Amino acid sequence: MTLTEIRPDVVTGKTIAGRSPWQLAWARVRTDKVALVSGVIVVLLGLLAVAAPLVAAWTGHDPDEQFRDTGVTAEGLPVAPNGEFWFGTDRLGRDLFIRVLYGARVSLLVGVVATGVAALVGVVIGMLAGYYGGVIDTILSRLMDVVLSFPYLIFAIAVVSVAGPSLSATIGVISFYSWAAIARVVRGQTLSLKEREYIEAARSIGASDRRIMFVDILPNLLAPVIVLTTLLIPAAIVFESTLSFLGLGIVPPTPSWGNLLSEAQGFYRVAYWYLGFPAVTLLITTLAFNLLGDGIRDAIDPRMERLFSRRRRRRVKG
Amino acid sequence: MTRLLDVTDLRVAFPTSDGVVRAVRGLSFTVDRGKTLAIVGESGSGKTVSTQAILGLTPDADIEGTALFEGVDLLKLDHEQLRRIRGAEISVVFQDPLTSLHPLYKVGWQIEELIRVHRPDESRASARRRAVELLGLVGIPRPERRVDDYPHQFSGGMRQRAMIAMALALNPKLIVADEPTTALDATVQAQILELIARVQAEFDIALILITHDLGVVADIADEVMVMYAGLAVERADRRTLYYRPHHPYTKGLLESIPGSSGARGGRLRPIPGSPPSLIAIPQGCAFHPRCPYVMPVCPAELPPLARVTGGGEHASACWLPHEAVGLGTAAEAIRLQAKEA
Amino acid sequence: MLLEVDQLVKHFPITSGAVIKHTIGQVRAVDGVSLRVAAGETLGLVGETGCGKSTLARCIAGLYPTTSGKVAFDGADITNLSRKRMRPYRRDIQVIFQDPYGSLNPRRRIGSIIADPLVVHGVSGGVALRRTVQELMERVGLNPEHYNRFPAEFSGGQRQRIGVARALALRPRLIICDEPVSALDVSIQAQILNLLKDLQDEFGLTYLFIAHDLSVVRHVSDRIAVMYLGKIVEMDTAAAVHDSPRHPYTNALLSATPVADPDEAERRSRVILTGDVPSPIDPPSGCRFHPRCPQAQALCAQEEPALGTYACHFPLRRAS
Repeated sequence: MTLTEIRPDVVTGKTIAGRSPWQLAWARVRTDKVALVSGVIVVLLGLLAVAAPLVAAWTGHDPDEQFRDTGVTAEGLPVAPNGEFWFGTDRLGRDLFIRVLYGARVSLLVGVVATGVAALVGVVIGMLAGYYGGVIDTILSRLMDVVLSFPYLIFAIAVVSVAGPSLSATIGVISFYSWAAIARVVRGQTLSLKEREYIEAARSIGASDRRIMFVDILPNLLAPVIVLTTLLIPAAIVFESTLSFLGLGIVPPTPSWGNLLSEAQGFYRVAYWYLGFPAVTLLITTLAFNLLGDGIRDAIDPRMERLFSRRRRRRVKG
Repeated sequence: MTRLLDVTDLRVAFPTSDGVVRAVRGLSFTVDRGKTLAIVGESGSGKTVSTQAILGLTPDADIEGTALFEGVDLLKLDHEQLRRIRGAEISVVFQDPLTSLHPLYKVGWQIEELIRVHRPDESRASARRRAVELLGLVGIPRPERRVDDYPHQFSGGMRQRAMIAMALALNPKLIVADEPTTALDATVQAQILELIARVQAEFDIALILITHDLGVVADIADEVMVMYAGLAVERADRRTLYYRPHHPYTKGLLESIPGSSGARGGRLRPIPGSPPSLIAIPQGCAFHPRCPYVMPVCPAELPPLARVTGGGEHASACWLPHEAVGLGTAAEAIRLQAKEA
Repeated sequence: MLLEVDQLVKHFPITSGAVIKHTIGQVRAVDGVSLRVAAGETLGLVGETGCGKSTLARCIAGLYPTTSGKVAFDGADITNLSRKRMRPYRRDIQVIFQDPYGSLNPRRRIGSIIADPLVVHGVSGGVALRRTVQELMERVGLNPEHYNRFPAEFSGGQRQRIGVARALALRPRLIICDEPVSALDVSIQAQILNLLKDLQDEFGLTYLFIAHDLSVVRHVSDRIAVMYLGKIVEMDTAAAVHDSPRHPYTNALLSATPVADPDEAERRSRVILTGDVPSPIDPPSGCRFHPRCPQAQALCAQEEPALGTYACHFPLRRAS
């Protein structure tokens, strides 16, 4: 065998460096302006949330501090946004901006942790169900169906009436719902991945089921799971806001966007900022996560080219 | 006139985010009435793109050159004019009938629609009669029953026959068959090739057969054109190509196919390396990095497709002497001598 | 005898019913196949879609459980062994798959893919593992520096080389090649065929080589078995099967196989079969080939012929 047979790329001279699937995805995301902007917003929010205590220290306003003189009008109503209170104040004269920031901490914490826990549980259960099939799959699938058809609000009320409203109760309820959604998708993916030839190859080598699941199947699940998780986070955030709004999640004085909205109900006619800022912040956060998730999905798995190609007609020169 | 299709200096390029893909770089060929031209090449040779571009099936490409069909330049026609020619004068048979026949419409209906789109005055009943007649012509048993079946109710071979029936519906002068048997089993492939040959002879239809399989071509082609990296590297009639090839790529292919004229007994001699990416085509002769007879002129200048000894229309795009044709030792000596010089 | 297969049968049940499934039929993919492969030889297995060659290969490799019959490797019965008992034999029996795009995990680096057999069987680890893998890569014609690349960065031919390296890693004795070159370009096919031949000489490998192209099989095999609808219809030396077939189906297959040589193409008898390849769910009575056989007689529909080197009541005359 000549050298040229052994080293095909040496013969053609130029070694065209290939790109790994992640590099390709990153290249695609970089051209997607919407995804980039959303990503920046998400990161910014995260930073602000983490830095909330610093901001509080810098402005000198604690989230629970009630400013009876500057923060409340003569009639006892919240003060509109001004130089001192960027978002205005709430009904007790607390700095709304600081409270919204602290609310972000809660929302993001709950969103990320709850979805993270759900992802861990969901991936394992989904993989087991999809890979083994048979009785195991039937049992686990029925379990997923039951969990997904649960009436959540009632469940939340039940949990809260026993354990009392708290951060961990909220995270628990949201995780309990989300894992089934993830497990369903993972099960479907595993079912189709199981039939690929490289899984057959792994079996022919003598790899154990556990090795096949974690070394061969799991890496192929990462991409759809990342997309799904990114899209579930805003759902979790909204869920937490709902629970807090109803008094079943985070209760005052700890601020959460949900309970801020709840408080603001009675004041929206006279204090638009009280309802407006938390609502808009919630909207922007949810939108940013959703658009980012869409962008990641398109980057990882680009399917249809644009429906209307810019150049429909052939260009014939000369 | 007997000259049906006359393509001159066809160039097709696709702009992509990684660079310009030059799929076809100056291709010229002709097809005469009733004759079969086989275009042979591997992946990335440009064999499929060239005919697709001529027929207007590559909307995103930049195309140059001329393609005269009965005197009319197909590349200058607009969408509507091309559409009228496609299906009626020139029809296409694709590789996978499962994806080129619509799965949700009955096969007979698809043929009828094709007829009525091109001949609006034809009645429904008459179009249906013709559809049944065509299905019978291509050897589908009980065509009057099968005309109302869906594509998934046909086997692979039957579907390909149905595609050929569609291709014949409007009495075309030229059929372009793009890898028509690649997806079929050997015995079914033989049936389809025999059908194509029969139909061609009976209706005096010209055929362009695109394939990567030099075995398929050995049986039914009149003229063979070998493509590599977007250009024709050799063109000859059938026997000449297989027994007296000139271009080292053709010779290399023949030497690497088990059972071929070039691979008699023992070891195959594969061509080292792999076909180039069409974004980074080697300078001069695109084959030079893999050529065992490469000379200093090869990377510098692109050899023209020039006539070679042996008479007839044998042409080859290579800087080796014109007398170096064939698989024997004499020709080999000439080649090696030229290389050393 | 390295490999002995005895009356292997593999049926796939066809089920119906939404809640409670019941069996309404069987796909008789492999319906009684016996063969022997001696150490160091290459047995070619050829046939069209639905003949059962791929299913047979997977049964031998232990990837499918058999319905009945026996598979013996080097004298030991390995039919339907449990995962654990089969494990040691997995070092001796490896598979090269057909699809260079599907047989490699796209999310794993090729170094990891090739190292898989070595890691699974605990043969090597750490630095020594990496070195072994890189040696394997060089042996099959890949650049060892591409250890960390993903399969998508390689061409079809290179991916097939990766598959060969993976199969070679444990120095097996028998390699089952399931259509290893069918999906490759012509000029690349020859490279891989030569590679397989060189490896066989160097490592004393035994091959069960499956393909649908009779020319390719003729080139690589010592002996050839022709399959049709779950059964072997002819099995003899490669020269005998290819140059003077006795079974009409082999003859038809030979005639249908494209050959890149106009004189040879003309010389071959032209046999065009009628009809399509029948389904293995309901095979014809007697000799399974009789509905399509150009020389079938009454006996053929009634009685199934036994397999000597051919299974036919009225074999073709041996060409002189």
